[in-house]
Amino acid sequence: MSVATHDDIHAHDHHDHGPAKGFMRWVTTTNHKDIGTLYLITGLIMFFVGGAMALVIRAELFEPGLQYVDPHFFNQMTTLHALIMVFGAVMPAFAGLANWMIPMMIGAPDMALPRMNNWSFWLLPFGFVMLSSTLFMDGGAAAAGWTLYPPLVLQTGNALPFTVFTVHILGMSSIMAAINIIVTVFNMRAPGMTMMKLPLFVWTWVITAFLLIAVMPVFAGAVTMLLTDKYFGTSFFNAAGGGDPVLYQHLFWFFGHPEVYILILPSFGIISSIIPTFSRKPLFGYASMVYATAAIGLLSFIVWAHHQYTVGMPLAGELYFTYATMLIAVPTGVKVFNWLATMWKGAMTFETPMLYAIAFVVLFTMGGFTGLMMSISPADLQYHDTYFIVAHFHYVLVPGAVFALFAATYYWLPKWTGHMYDEKLGKLHFWLTTISVNICFFPQHFVGLAGMPRRIPDYAVQFAEFNAMSSVGAFVFGFSQLIFAYVIYKAIKGGEKATSEVWEGAEAHGLEWHLPSPPPYHSWTEAPAENLISDLH
Amino acid sequence: MKKTLQLLAGFWSVLWGVANAETGSGTGVGWGALNLPAGVTPDSHDIHDLHMTILWICVGIGILVYGILVYSLIHHRKSKGVVPATFHENTKWEIVWTIIPFLILIAMAIPATKVMIKVYDTSASDMTIKVTGYQWKWRYTYLDEGIDFFSSLDAKSNEARQLGSKIDPATVEHYLLNVDKPLVIPANKKIRVLLTAADVLHAWWVPEFGWKKDAIPGFITDGWIKVEKPGIYRGQCAELCGRDHGFMPIVVVVKTEDEYKQWVAAEKGKQEVGKVDASKQLTLDELTAKGKEFYASNCAACHGAEGDGVPGVFPAIKGSKVALGPLADHLKLVLHGKAAMPAFKDQLNDVEIAAVVTYQRNGFGNKKGDSIQPADIQAYK
Repeated sequence: MSVATHDDIHAHDHHDHGPAKGFMRWVTTTNHKDIGTLYLITGLIMFFVGGAMALVIRAELFEPGLQYVDPHFFNQMTTLHALIMVFGAVMPAFAGLANWMIPMMIGAPDMALPRMNNWSFWLLPFGFVMLSSTLFMDGGAAAAGWTLYPPLVLQTGNALPFTVFTVHILGMSSIMAAINIIVTVFNMRAPGMTMMKLPLFVWTWVITAFLLIAVMPVFAGAVTMLLTDKYFGTSFFNAAGGGDPVLYQHLFWFFGHPEVYILILPSFGIISSIIPTFSRKPLFGYASMVYATAAIGLLSFIVWAHHQYTVGMPLAGELYFTYATMLIAVPTGVKVFNWLATMWKGAMTFETPMLYAIAFVVLFTMGGFTGLMMSISPADLQYHDTYFIVAHFHYVLVPGAVFALFAATYYWLPKWTGHMYDEKLGKLHFWLTTISVNICFFPQHFVGLAGMPRRIPDYAVQFAEFNAMSSVGAFVFGFSQLIFAYVIYKAIKGGEKATSEVWEGAEAHGLEWHLPSPPPYHSWTEAPAENLISDLH
Repeated sequence: MKKTLQLLAGFWSVLWGVANAETGSGTGVGWGALNLPAGVTPDSHDIHDLHMTILWICVGIGILVYGILVYSLIHHRKSKGVVPATFHENTKWEIVWTIIPFLILIAMAIPATKVMIKVYDTSASDMTIKVTGYQWKWRYTYLDEGIDFFSSLDAKSNEARQLGSKIDPATVEHYLLNVDKPLVIPANKKIRVLLTAADVLHAWWVPEFGWKKDAIPGFITDGWIKVEKPGIYRGQCAELCGRDHGFMPIVVVVKTEDEYKQWVAAEKGKQEVGKVDASKQLTLDELTAKGKEFYASNCAACHGAEGDGVPGVFPAIKGSKVALGPLADHLKLVLHGKAAMPAFKDQLNDVEIAAVVTYQRNGFGNKKGDSIQPADIQAYK
């Protein structure tokens, strides 16, 4: 009996090596690569949806006066653009990379919790359909900014409960993905793959996963309090009932600040993988990179109120949050210097992933400088809620997080598809994107300093020139991304065969380069030889 | 083509402007709108100087970092036949680039702390003005003088900013930065500003004064200004406060002390004259004509110029149950508000309320036919 069962299972296993066919493959899949692909495609689609909203915003801001949309709709666009880019584009894309790469990088066959993995992905499409559907409800979508500050957000029509429920669903999805990553990394590393051997991408994702588990419930709780304030007569955020609107801001930013590191830490991991490969040198200061990432993660919990310097905190609070925030510059600086030291005396080549990685270092550092400036509370009394802030966070999120995602895609696309992407188109995409992103966001520093508040659909005529320039940049940027989609499509369809190493000398930089391109459906069914791991640097 | 040339011309003036940024000589208009204003109050000077200090520190670090990067990109490339080095750590350097940034931060934190302590010191002020944010206008209450008025976007800007107005904003003087009635303050007096809000969060910001602060319903925040030279200073609401967030500017007229005293006297006289005889009977036509005016400036932003509202958010007045229902319910809603609807009992006087309610009950084809008299409002109160 027991023998027969064993044979059955064996035979079953054998048939199951390839994926099922058709639509149901994607619905029922528990395979880390399939789920990774689903996440990445979702991220790309939402990137275009959120981008279209950004273009509505920039079209309206092209010149003074209202030309295209009602201010109420404009506010819905700014709100949804941010929610979709953060929760729909960047976070799913990073989750996709984690799914694809972590098992391959640590020498595991798959993620530790494959069924939960399926569920955590399939919650997302429902969340985004629900969120997008609020645009068509009476009163439109939430229009209080992505921060959903009360009391304004309580003026939302029927969209409010749907928006809150979307946050719950996306939060559940993120928490499950985070648990899965932590369990996988802690339990499924190949023999010899010690924690201090893990690639930086894995390390940064582990720390990100802890941040997610810590803060998503806070956000879910805060928005639930909004819901009960509006529909069940509570007064958490209503002064007339003994509450305080600023309490919401503290709760939101206790989530929100770690959230911005959730968006950037995996980027640090990607850049730390790419720069050594194309410099043909080991990563400089591996241990200090790990400690710096952990330090940034810890600091992210104790700096939240630097988003609220103007709410009238006591002086001691302003000063504390100023000092704590400034400290973040130290570990972040360590990372930048380590990247420079990795390139120093390397033998660099400049394929598209490396171009994006270098642009990341340059432009993210720019966002770091403005971040340092606005950590200084008295100066922030001027900067706060102006286009200077808009410029800052777009510099860290677009040429920061999004460039890291572009870099990662070009870097690993040959591994995923088995085909080299079109290098000429990749470079064209890089140059168009990098030039236009600066035309779009750099002038926003100027108008912000000169006095233009953020989240306005129309502005005084003295800001017209730079806004026109910014809009031109935004449209070029937006349409350049069609090249990106086409490059991916082309590489999936065919192209020059990729070797297992893909990039010269890449085998020394990670286990994923020891698997064939494309890799087998189950990554490491047998643990990689220990000498493969000990030879990595 | 013209636009392209303008853009090119712009790049040059940006370079020129950056070169002159430290002197704060930028005109703040067009391509010259580049930097924080140097300001007209002690706080704003301190903050501007602090901003320039950190900016130049960042520029210095930037030159170093980008310089090293560029050197490396030029010299350390495979195409030059470089054999890659193999080093991957250097404790000495790692300590250097941890400690030095830390010291730079301390050097920045000291002046920052000094400035923040000054900005927070609202003691020993000469006078106090309360600023209340409403959707979407400001209310200024002179606590010592008993002067109290609203300040909203001026009519010309308001006309030009409507969707599809076909009015070129460039032809409107101080487009979106002008109000019907500005805040007037004396120069060289330390003025404590108390901030609060009636409905949602707002933030009061005049860049030339150096700071902004949130106006929070149910709470009071404060700040201070001491403007050195008479003039007209403009700003905007800086915290998203709903549909017309972009359309509630701030204008502050700073006068010499003598001129300010004259203004106060005149203003007090006007408020006396403005008190209307509430016992007077008005005709339906008089009431609806007045009401239409007050409706446009107080109700139309949400309920629409034609009383259509915004479905799901702002109820319509046209055919509404309230406007066609019992007067007491209608007055209760207008006087005391409900949820997003503000209470107008302190915003409008009895004559104004009577007029606006009459207009709502008889305009937009509502034809209720009743004319509400100021006496009715008093009776209701």
